Amino acid sequence: MEILSAEKDRELTLLLRGELDHHGAKAAMTEIGQALDAALPRTLTLDFSGVTFMDSSGIAVVMRAQRTMRAFGGNVSLTRVPPQAKKVFDAAGLTRFVPIR
Amino acid sequence: MKMKPNNYIALTFPSRSVNEGFARAAVAAFAAQLDPTLDELGDVKTAVSEAVTNAIVHAYPEEIGKISLRASIFDGNVLEITVRDWGRGIADVEKAREPLFTTGGEERSGMGFTIMESFMDALVVRSREGHGTVVTMKRKIARRAGRK
Repeated sequence: MEILSAEKDRELTLLLRGELDHHGAKAAMTEIGQALDAALPRTLTLDFSGVTFMDSSGIAVVMRAQRTMRAFGGNVSLTRVPPQAKKVFDAAGLTRFVPIR
Repeated sequence: MKMKPNNYIALTFPSRSVNEGFARAAVAAFAAQLDPTLDELGDVKTAVSEAVTNAIVHAYPEEIGKISLRASIFDGNVLEITVRDWGRGIADVEKAREPLFTTGGEERSGMGFTIMESFMDALVVRSREGHGTVVTMKRKIARRAGRK
């Protein structure tokens, strides 16, 4: 999993690319955590357009990012989520916690 | 009497997380002969990923153990997938199947069984503490119009 970062006016967008499973989740969590520590953003947008496969490990990654952002008083949203990943989020009821735009 | 599959594959691999991607790709390649839609293939890959990840994380938390995976095709375009381990087993299968229940800590969501259940037509979990777990899932692949 590759993560590309873009920040403007404390609005951070992270573009996720590759397969997001348990094998890659720990590194993704660490990398997202480091990006948040560096940018201290008000809002975080996770752009899923490059995610070619995701299982429930992705839910844990999003929930972790959400907890970190809440601690800063910020919030998280997801964008450009492909159908396969969307189905996983929907099955887990994630949209009750994190909006998908 | 147990029905004989028309075709099957059987794989054995160590519980290394790098094999999660291999396992779901192998099943997807095998299932291709049923001419699944991208949606159906995505569902099957997701369920396989969850079952194999569970074995890696929960069956063998402190060691590398053996996982076997079998995918079979039965009459009626039914794909059956069995993931077996010889790890520590699940003390309370019913509890483990509840949404959000996890013993995997912050890195897990507790949604694995929920996703297997909602993406597949049937899910059976058999486990014995100290002996291992067998997860069997079935999914009928729809026959598409224009298909021979």
